[in-house]
Amino acid sequence: MNNVCNQTCTGCGKEFSKGLWRQNPIFVQVLGMCPTLAVTTKALFGFSMGMATAFVLICSSLAVSVIRKLVPQQVRIATFTVIIATFVTCADYFLQANFYTISKELGPYVPLIVVNCIILGRQEAFASKNGVFRSLLDAIGMSVGFTAVLILLGSIRELLGFGTIFNFKILGAGFEHWVIMALPAGAFITLGFLIGLFNWMNKKSKSN
Amino acid sequence: MEENFYISPGPHIFTKSKTPKMMKDVIIALIPAIFAAAYFFKLKAIILILVCTVSCVVFEALIQALLKRKVTILDLSAVVTGILLAMIMPPSLPIWTTVLGSLIAIGLTKQLFGGLGSNIFNPALLGRAFLMAAFPTYLTRWNAPFTLEAVTGATPLGMVKFGHNMNINFGGLFTGNVSGSLGETSALALLIGGAYLLIKKTIDWRVPLAYIGTVMVISFVTNLVAPGTYAGALFHVLAGGLLIGAIFMATDPVTSPVTKAGRWVFGIGCGLITMVIRLWGGLPEGVMYSILLMNAITPLLNRLTRPRRYGT
Repeated sequence: MNNVCNQTCTGCGKEFSKGLWRQNPIFVQVLGMCPTLAVTTKALFGFSMGMATAFVLICSSLAVSVIRKLVPQQVRIATFTVIIATFVTCADYFLQANFYTISKELGPYVPLIVVNCIILGRQEAFASKNGVFRSLLDAIGMSVGFTAVLILLGSIRELLGFGTIFNFKILGAGFEHWVIMALPAGAFITLGFLIGLFNWMNKKSKSN
Repeated sequence: MEENFYISPGPHIFTKSKTPKMMKDVIIALIPAIFAAAYFFKLKAIILILVCTVSCVVFEALIQALLKRKVTILDLSAVVTGILLAMIMPPSLPIWTTVLGSLIAIGLTKQLFGGLGSNIFNPALLGRAFLMAAFPTYLTRWNAPFTLEAVTGATPLGMVKFGHNMNINFGGLFTGNVSGSLGETSALALLIGGAYLLIKKTIDWRVPLAYIGTVMVISFVTNLVAPGTYAGALFHVLAGGLLIGAIFMATDPVTSPVTKAGRWVFGIGCGLITMVIRLWGGLPEGVMYSILLMNAITPLLNRLTRPRRYGT
């Protein structure tokens, strides 16, 4: 019955860890660029977006892997999208009800989680082909990898653009704010440097 | 092996011209403008030029050593980038921002893209564009010549655009006695340098001619249509960074097209974008962004204007 999981649970740790580094959704797959570039002006917004995306990704991966054998091949994308949209609406209403200021700052990017390629990509590439437990691990791994990069990107931009991290003052009054870091150009430059650093570290570890 | 790669369409004529010689010519051509900057903005100008040049050379050596490349600071290209970067900075700029600008110019624009010859954008201009985006207040604060920090004065372009002051001091524009970036104010000094480069055949005459010609035509026509709103052709050629841009930046052999037709298109495109920004854009000056935008399509221009093989 439940042989998909029992058979290969030796590789289950890998399903979780691959999203952190080896198949990191931002650094390696370069997916979900819209929220990555748009909402990372501050670390807190990156964290909130990461959490909202994680909720949607984990819930939809669970739902899709449960019903994967019932969904006809021809309408699978539409089915996945409806499932994702349901959870996005939940996340959106939750943020509006409990964290109104953050919801306002994130603006249209919360509803836009529906079209985040990471989520649909995981359903299509993983959850629709694997069991519930492995899909859950995969979704959690991808979510953690995604959120970690958003926080890193947000922290660097917030530090240079506002002199703070998570709204704590790090750099004193003498620090001149880099306006560019609060602008989209700063997101592109920082992400470029981070991906370059990531590839350089990979190359380094491979050659050793 | 590397000697065997040609970047321009044939015929390939071999001369003794090498990078250091070319860079030396550019530095010699910049000397009048350096003197003009030192004369009008005094110690501030000299410090800025020195800091920019030294930091560019140091960053070049440091990054090349870090990336385990051959250290090529002796080809003088970093010196040229440093001087040009200083020349397009406002005199009152804090010193540490120029060091950051040098790092962006050399590190990001040049070395991370593969070093001299592989950069897409003009290093000095991208360094300035970064500072412009990062510290807009510093980059738009001008002081009048012969004053240190105390007196701020709008640039001639700013006065005409935002102050609607059509009382233009052409003598000041020509000699450089107006506020502006270090090296862009003195048209006379830049023209002397440009003439030297043209005589030495270090730069191609097509890009500056197409660039300045386009600016003249557009400003002449708009001035005819609405003389109260738009200044004339002479003003638009002498004011702002047009001359330093057309002579020293748009002619950069790495980031401008290699074909003759491509150079014409490049110059005309630069002129068009400059005038659109100057006349209808939000900024008073558009030389920097026009050259950077045209840099971006240079590979495309090279492709589109590739000469056809004879007989095909």
